[in-house]
Parts: sequence; structure tokens; C-alpha cells
Amino acid sequence: MARSFIQPSPMPGLGLSAGITLAMLALVVLAPIGALLVQGASLGAEGLWAEVNRPRVWAALGLSFRLAALAAAVNLGLGLVLAWALERYDFPGRRLLDAAVDLPFALPTAVAGIALTALYAPSGAFGALAARLGGRIAYTEAGIFLALLFVGLPFVTRTVQPVVAEIDRELEEASATLGAGRLTTLRRVIWPMLMPAALTGFALALARGVGEYGSVIFIAGNLPMQTEIAPLLIVIKLEEFDDAGAAAIGVAMLAISFVMLLAINLLQVWSRRRMGDV
Amino acid sequence: MSERLRVTTEAPALRRGVIGAAGGRWARLVLAPLVRGFAQALAKGPGAALASLAAPEARAAIRLTLLVAAITVPLGAVFGLAAAWWLTRFEFRGKALLISLIDLPFSVSPVVAGLALVLLFGANSSLGGWLVGQGVPVIFALPGVVLATLFVTFPFVARALIPVMVEQGRAEEEAALTLGAGGWRVFFTVTLPKIRGALLAGVLLANARAMGEFGAVAVVSGKIRGQTATVPITIEMLYNEYLTVAAFALAAVLTALALLTLLAKTLLDRAGHGAGLSGH
Repeated sequence: MARSFIQPSPMPGLGLSAGITLAMLALVVLAPIGALLVQGASLGAEGLWAEVNRPRVWAALGLSFRLAALAAAVNLGLGLVLAWALERYDFPGRRLLDAAVDLPFALPTAVAGIALTALYAPSGAFGALAARLGGRIAYTEAGIFLALLFVGLPFVTRTVQPVVAEIDRELEEASATLGAGRLTTLRRVIWPMLMPAALTGFALALARGVGEYGSVIFIAGNLPMQTEIAPLLIVIKLEEFDDAGAAAIGVAMLAISFVMLLAINLLQVWSRRRMGDV
Repeated sequence: MSERLRVTTEAPALRRGVIGAAGGRWARLVLAPLVRGFAQALAKGPGAALASLAAPEARAAIRLTLLVAAITVPLGAVFGLAAAWWLTRFEFRGKALLISLIDLPFSVSPVVAGLALVLLFGANSSLGGWLVGQGVPVIFALPGVVLATLFVTFPFVARALIPVMVEQGRAEEEAALTLGAGGWRVFFTVTLPKIRGALLAGVLLANARAMGEFGAVAVVSGKIRGQTATVPITIEMLYNEYLTVAAFALAAVLTALALLTLLAKTLLDRAGHGAGLSGH
């Protein structure tokens, strides 16, 4: 009986709230994801491998995961610095910047995509600058990287910022009185406290970057084997009525993301255990 | 500067350098594209931008986007309220799993979400074929756009409410119950006033995402002009047809919406009813 799972409570609305939650979760999220997994399973392991083991699919998956990891890593550094500056330093425009950090979350991805392209294409200001220096940004991997940097920027900042706000300054003073220089304090005292939150932000930015579509396709160039991201290849396969091929790439993306997020979670557990929970 | 402060911060020159570097990088990456977008919309003057917004295609897209948000945001709010009530007012096994499942849409690519809906409801599937036979197609029609939007906005309200409701506890609800209030009365007169700020924050974010969703809608909508082309989809079509002013004019409308959402969210935060914009 389900009752044994639920402790008795005088609160009303158990049946109604649990019913609405489970029914909507099943219809909106679980049924479609289940259909994807069933479609993947119906191909069998060999069928899945045959769909995924093609040069064009490998190139797209490799590009998406490589650039998402790179962008998340850069955002990890930038996010830590931004979170630190916003919490610890006082400067004109701090509150404005604090509010505006979330802009990439609120801005529709297609809008970000065409705006970035307008700026970084050879006809745009930054694109023209790059062209004078002999480089190209839009329609190359650099453009995709830039779009992923844009959409992933707030994640690390927003997960780390509350932790910075909670840090007890007496810890830093204790570290200083024991003779540690500022750099040693940052590395040995502050960083261990920030690391779990920073990793959470990194994982979120990574997951977002791997699946990102709207902001990337305008600036990417979308050349097969070169600048074609995995989500775009799914869209192309669907347009060719290749449901099996699309499902195989979708399952592969889910599986790789799952393994990566699991690894990051384990890293977090390890760092918490080693550094002590904060 | 006092001795106490000096040991817990960095040298002033380093501080200024960090602020300059972080602020400058942010301005180049986020602010510059925004300014460029508005400039593109106004490239041929405000008249041309406004005229392109009045075109039938743009008006149909705006109507559709408003309709989709009007359907999905209330449904998402009802789900969020129900999920938060269940998760914070009762003790049961499997809470962590339930929360992970509610969060799932945040870690699934919108394109994969669209793909999953196509596999479930597309004309090639048994369910989709039957629905088409009944005259209610889902994919390449309004229901598909609604389901895709619901998927990507699903966790927002629940995520905004759960931490607030955990913190508040259930003592006040229990007091109202012992005084004889019915369940709905407890909800409307005790709980709802306490969570209004968080609920509003969650709804604002869900609305911004609903009106701006691109990847999931692009897959399920079929991009039929005047029927399933939402504002973001129409922006893409106009952009690919080199109708730059029209594309950027519509984009400017969505940008203004995003800025308003941020402003409202910031004001709510300052009033003390925050909820993380990422939902985490």
C-alpha cells in the first residue's frame, strides 16, 4: 500500500496535490522521455550503435560536448571572479550588474543568437575587428564557444554568490594571523568552501551548453563535420523523417550527460568529505 | 582602512583590476549584443520597425505566443503549487527522486524534449496516429507547442516555492486547522498570502521562458506561418529571409520583455521574496 510510504498528517489536500503533481509529471515529462527511451530500446544496442557510430554523428557529439565543457570551464573562472566582486567589493554600478547578471537566463535564446551574430559576423563591430586581425569568429567554432559562454555565464555566478556571502570573515582573519598570505588564504581556506557550489554551477552550465540550440545555430555556420552541433543534427534527422537516427542521438546525449553529471556529483561528494561540509 | 578589513580583502589595485576585468568581460559578452540588437531594429528608423510589427505575420506570431503563455503559465502554476504543497506539507519516501524528476527538464536539451514529444505524439507513433484520426493532431499543431512549452517551463514555479515553503514550516496551517478552518480556507487565507512573492517570481520566470522558448517549439511546431509560428520562430524565419529590421524589431519586443522580467524580479528580491532565476 502507498500509505506505508506516507506518514500520517493532519494536513488536507494530500490526494489532490499528489494527484495533480503525478498526473502532470507523467503527461508532460515522463511520457515523452519514456517514449524516447522506448524508441531507443527498440533499436537494440547494435541498432543504437549503428546509428551513432557514423563520422557525422561523432563529429556533432564531440563538438557539442567539447565546446560545452570548454565554455563551462571558462565560465567557472569568470563566474567565481564575478561572484567574488559582487559580494566583496563596492563599486559604482554594483547593484545594476548584480541584477543584470541574470540577463542570459531571461533573454530568449533566438534573440541572443541573432544579436551575437550581428555583432560578431564580419559586418558587425567585433567581427570587423577580428577580420582586421586576420581572424573569424561567427560561423566558426569560436562563434559557438561564444554563444555557449553567453548562455552559461550566470550559472556559476549565481550558485557561488550565496556561499561567498555566508563566509565567516573570522576564518580569513584566523588564517592571516597564522601567517598565511592572502593568496594562500584564498587557495587553502576560501576555495575549499566555494568548490562544491562552483562544481554545481559548472555542471549546470555544462548541461545547458550541451543541449543549447537557439543561441548557437545562428552563429555556428552549421557545416556538417565542422560546425554542426548535436541538437541541430537531431533536427535535421527529424526533417528527413529519420526518427530512429534522431532518437539514437537523443539517447546518446542523455546517456553522456547523465554520466558526466554523475561524475561531477561524485566529485562533489568527495570534496565535501575531504574538506568538511560547509 | 582598518586592519581588520585589510587582512580579509585584496590589495586595492588588484580589486580594481578584478572589477574592471569582470565588468568589462560581461559588457562585451552580454551588453554589447543587446545594444547591437536594438540598433539593428532601428536601422531604418522607428517607423520601419513599428510597421514590421504591424505586419500580419508578426501580429499572428504575437497572438500565438500570448495564447501559448496564457495556457501554459497557469497550468505550470497549478502544478508548482500542487507539487510544493505535497513536498513540503507531507512526509513520504522518494522525495529526492520526485524532486529530481521535476528538475529533469532543466538538464534535458530543449531539442531532445521536442524529439521526445514527436516520438510520442507524431503521426508515425500509434498514439499520434490515433489522435490524428480523431482530428486532434498534436505535432505541427497548437497542442504540441503547448506541451513543448509546458515541458521547458515545468520546474520554475515549484522550484521557486519549495525553499520558501520549507522555511516557513507548517505550524500556522496546523493552527488554522485546529481552529476549524477547512482545507481550501487554510490554503487561501494562511498559505497563499505567505508565498505570494515567491509564486509571482516563479510565474514571471516561467512566463519569460514560455514566450521565448525556441528549440523545443522549433521541433514540434512545423513552423507553419500564421498557425504554429511563435514569436521566436518567426524571428528565425524573418532573419533567414534577410528581413533584418523585422526580425530585430520582434527580437527587441522580447528583449524588452526580458528586461521587464529582470526588473520585476529584482524588485521582488529587494522586497525579500527571492527565487533563483535558474531555479536552483
